[in-house]
Amino acid sequence: MGVSMSETILSIKKLTVRVEDREILHNINLEIQSGETHVLFGPNGSGKSTLLMAIMGFPRYQISKGNIIFKGMDITMLPMDERARLGIGISFQRPPVVRGVRTHDMVAACLRGREKEQSISRLAGKADLADFLDREINYGFSGGEIKRSEMMQLLAQSPDLVLLDEPESGVDLVNIALIGELINELLEKNCRIRDRKHAGLIITHTGHILNYVNARTGYVMIDGKISCGGDPHEILATIKEKGYEECAKCVK
Amino acid sequence: MREIESSQTYRDKAKAASAKPAAFGRDIDLSSYVNSADEQPYRADPSKLPAEDKERMLEVGVVLDGTNQRSGTFIQMDNTPVHSSIRQEGIEVMAVSQALEKYDWLSDYWWQAVAVGADKYTANVELSQHNGYFIRTLRGYKTVLPVQACLYLTKARLSQNVHNIIIAEEDSELHIITGCTTASNEGSGLHLGVSEFYIERGAKVTFTMIHNWNPEVAVRPRTGIIVEQDGVFLSNYLIMKPVHSLQMYPTAKCVGENAVVRYNSILLAAQGSSLDVGSRAILNAKGAKTEIISRAITTGGNIVARGCIEGNAPDVKGHLECRGLILQGAGTIHAIPELKGNLAGIDLSHEAAVGKIAEEEVEYLMARGLTRAEATATIVRGFMRVDIEGLPPTLSAELQRAVEASEKDIM
Repeated sequence: MGVSMSETILSIKKLTVRVEDREILHNINLEIQSGETHVLFGPNGSGKSTLLMAIMGFPRYQISKGNIIFKGMDITMLPMDERARLGIGISFQRPPVVRGVRTHDMVAACLRGREKEQSISRLAGKADLADFLDREINYGFSGGEIKRSEMMQLLAQSPDLVLLDEPESGVDLVNIALIGELINELLEKNCRIRDRKHAGLIITHTGHILNYVNARTGYVMIDGKISCGGDPHEILATIKEKGYEECAKCVK
Repeated sequence: MREIESSQTYRDKAKAASAKPAAFGRDIDLSSYVNSADEQPYRADPSKLPAEDKERMLEVGVVLDGTNQRSGTFIQMDNTPVHSSIRQEGIEVMAVSQALEKYDWLSDYWWQAVAVGADKYTANVELSQHNGYFIRTLRGYKTVLPVQACLYLTKARLSQNVHNIIIAEEDSELHIITGCTTASNEGSGLHLGVSEFYIERGAKVTFTMIHNWNPEVAVRPRTGIIVEQDGVFLSNYLIMKPVHSLQMYPTAKCVGENAVVRYNSILLAAQGSSLDVGSRAILNAKGAKTEIISRAITTGGNIVARGCIEGNAPDVKGHLECRGLILQGAGTIHAIPELKGNLAGIDLSHEAAVGKIAEEEVEYLMARGLTRAEATATIVRGFMRVDIEGLPPTLSAELQRAVEASEKDIM
């Protein structure tokens, strides 16, 4: 009987994060098992992105208290590139243009020599970016192209924990289905549940992405605190009906 | 009769300018250099040159072992042309002294694209010239493989004064790679190189020049290009190794309709190096176009990156892009883009930027798993990548190789 034991991939304990002199996140606790997808709701400025940035390890986001445990290892003090190599990946909302660095070079860098040249064109085909491989990364890309390019790079990187910040924002209806597909591949949704290893934490403002990607748990973040957790569809329904004001009451 | 008269005129003009400082760059005391050097033996087979010399030449793209990827070769060591050969019909490659003996019309091309009295360096080349090369493609002949030319400095304190003439006849195509280098990593020297390009109607010339000097050598190239109707001139210039001081400002004049000029320059200034490099395009005919692109990097040296486009005819178009990266130390990059429009209906633009590596870009790459050092190297490599249209693949590869060979000096 092969009911696999799910293991904790990410465990955040009493995390407090500052940006410059301002405390943005207060005492955050969160746990994600391997193979699970969690979504994070919350109004603008509530600290959702800060949480993702802190998990990834961007230097601007200083952890003043608490710990981040990834695959059983305390990564609170690890630099970003080491976290990436351990298996954490993030999609950028507004990635920079890097002049002279082609999309192909970025995908190759994400593969870190694991796979052959042909997998680059295969990934580009999947993300509908075959014509973009020779272009400078993000230079003149539309909103949808940026999202697809970020997904393509993450697919090449194949991280165990994927951090996605509003993958549906600024994307038209045609693109969103494709982006949903790419996210599902990234999170191994095509595998049987018990075989899934990749976990995800997805920020969604509108909840629209839930039409394309299934998630097990949802959280609401208000003023740098997680106010509740539960079934993501139920949470979304409540937010739609009563707004975030209702959630704010829970925090108080 | 006319010839003698005119050459006397040039000498007079040169004498008058023999103390005239250049418009840009630090002044050089010519009296601290010598003009004579030992004659070098002629080499019918350039692969017989000493291995260490061949290695230096290879670093600047001059291949002497197995020249089947070159359509012609010219080598000058100090003041002596030691080899010239061709492997293809329709082109000529020889010492300019030999060409002057062979063709009496060649004097008509003398000092037509560069003014003899421009400064003391042009004057010195006229008054004390030590050969140079003559390269010509005949009407309608198109070369695919490049001609290679090497100007090699072995003697310390020598002032190597060369005068090169390049002629691409109507509808011909010519690719040149010129490598200029020294035998040794030390010892002072001066390289004064006058190069005059004549690109006739419908002809195309690409000129790829790689410089690899040493920290004591001063360099003053003086280049003029005249492009006739539908002609194309494409220049790629690369300097990645230390030099004492280098100043040049090649000037291309588009005299025929729809002539095209493109310059790409990649400049690296290490501590102690002083580079003052510009590119100028003068658009004197209807529909002429130009694009000037430079990438300047300092790891402690000083760079003045100039560019100038002058529009003097209807429907001309030009763009100048000048970007500088200050990597470390107390280096300076001074970008001076200039545009001058003299009538309505012209379209000239420029963009210039000087800065450090953006931390945001480093973080982007680090989030993909690259170390800080790998991320920085990737960004610098990208910065130096200039996609050059119209350059044969062998030359693109040669440029890429020269850039990559210097990466470790940068990091």
